[in-house]
Amino acid sequence: MIALASTVVFALVVVLVVSNSRGWPEVQRQFFNGEFFRESLRVIPKAFLLNVRIFLIAEVFILVFALFIAILRSLPGAVFFPLRALAIVYVDFFRGVPTILVIYLLGFGVPALQISGIPRGELFWGVVALVLVYSAYVSEVYRAGIDSVHPSQEAAARSLGLSQAKTLRYVIVPQAVRRVVPPLLNDFIGLQKDTALVALLGPVEAFRQSQIEVASNFNYTPYLVTAILFVLLTIPLARLTDWLVIRDRRRQLALGAAR
Amino acid sequence: MSAETVLEIEGLHKSFDVEVLKGIGLTLEPSEVVCLIGASGSGKSTLLRCVNLLEPIDAGRIEFLGEEITAPMVDANQVRRRIGIVFQAFNLFPHMSVLRNVTLGPRKVLGLSEEQAQGEAVDLLRRFGLLDKKDEYPDRLSGGQQQRAAIVRALAMKPQLMLLDEVTSALDPELVAEVLDVIRELAESGMTMLIATHEMSFARDIANRVCFLDNGVILEEGPAAEIFSSPQNQRTQQFLQRIIKAGRL
Repeated sequence: MIALASTVVFALVVVLVVSNSRGWPEVQRQFFNGEFFRESLRVIPKAFLLNVRIFLIAEVFILVFALFIAILRSLPGAVFFPLRALAIVYVDFFRGVPTILVIYLLGFGVPALQISGIPRGELFWGVVALVLVYSAYVSEVYRAGIDSVHPSQEAAARSLGLSQAKTLRYVIVPQAVRRVVPPLLNDFIGLQKDTALVALLGPVEAFRQSQIEVASNFNYTPYLVTAILFVLLTIPLARLTDWLVIRDRRRQLALGAAR
Repeated sequence: MSAETVLEIEGLHKSFDVEVLKGIGLTLEPSEVVCLIGASGSGKSTLLRCVNLLEPIDAGRIEFLGEEITAPMVDANQVRRRIGIVFQAFNLFPHMSVLRNVTLGPRKVLGLSEEQAQGEAVDLLRRFGLLDKKDEYPDRLSGGQQQRAAIVRALAMKPQLMLLDEVTSALDPELVAEVLDVIRELAESGMTMLIATHEMSFARDIANRVCFLDNGVILEEGPAAEIFSSPQNQRTQQFLQRIIKAGRL
């Protein structure tokens, strides 16, 4: 009740401050135009489907590729040092370079090489760039999960005669993945937004489409529409993440109480 | 003995930062039950982990059924599938039901079919009174049930030697008996076992031989009755006196 009241008061204050500002009539006309809003709704959601596609395709590859990198990084022993080093260099590089640069370099650089048999499409390289960048982040999430599985689990698996690979597959990775689902979803929320960066290479996704709309009408309302679409897409994932975190905490509390 | 010696350890040395095992020699004949006693940190657990090749050794040799398992190029996975180990903290796989815990090794290491592995697992679980728990996850079981499930998991590989590493130390006192009963039954069925334990009266009952480990060496070794009633070594006497004072013997 108090929360509701204070929220209403706060919202009122914000609305009053904004709507009484000197530039408000102009901003209202430029960003909140009902006619352009309706017109944008006809075109932009269609373009937004491309964002969703980019996101879904990239996500699948990231999940697999990042796990591969994480496993490379957690291989024990001196023999595997080159692979570990490779994985570390990869992660350092793609976490360090701004996403936008990776997209430019791959999207304009690789097709320019004109190697036969290599795809030239901007969309293709845009997705590849997102996969490379986000795999670096997600592999670190996986790795934290793998490291969080107690060594005694590995000892128990190995003591049954399971090989290193089977120990990872049946004992370590399943436990690790379960633990990192919330941070993984968090990274995917970031990925959903960054699909807009692919527009820089040319494909007409929601952001690009809204730029076109803005340019043809001299009105910024299409940007608002795009922003709303992105928020609508990320909210379910954000709530799912929250719910999983809460469920995990409850489960742990219940276990603690049982012991 | 006519049958082949199960385990023969010679001059075993193992260091981490400090030397933990300083030349251990020990032999187990078939169906023999040997208990390792000694203070925490005396090297009991390390010795068991070395036998299961979970820890590489620095010097010495270990023979298992006539094969030198500490030789270079020995396939550790081949050795481990024939030696069962049960840990103090159970180490069940928390993401698997009891049945999956028990069948993982037989399915993925021995290559048994799903039905065959489950059939054998169900028999074992029934034998140790866990059949009604087969679909439960480990966190729903009591400590005693978890430890019994861990023993069943090791037995499902049909090991020729069982290593028990203080398997009752993490249990509430009222749960210790059910686990000791299981071990007693195993001993009666002829399982060869090397047991690190703090349960002195249990060791006295069950062990053919008792080894007193102190600071990385076996100071005294002999039939349980002898060690507990008339220990020769002064350190053994002191250790047992402390145990008696604590009311644990």
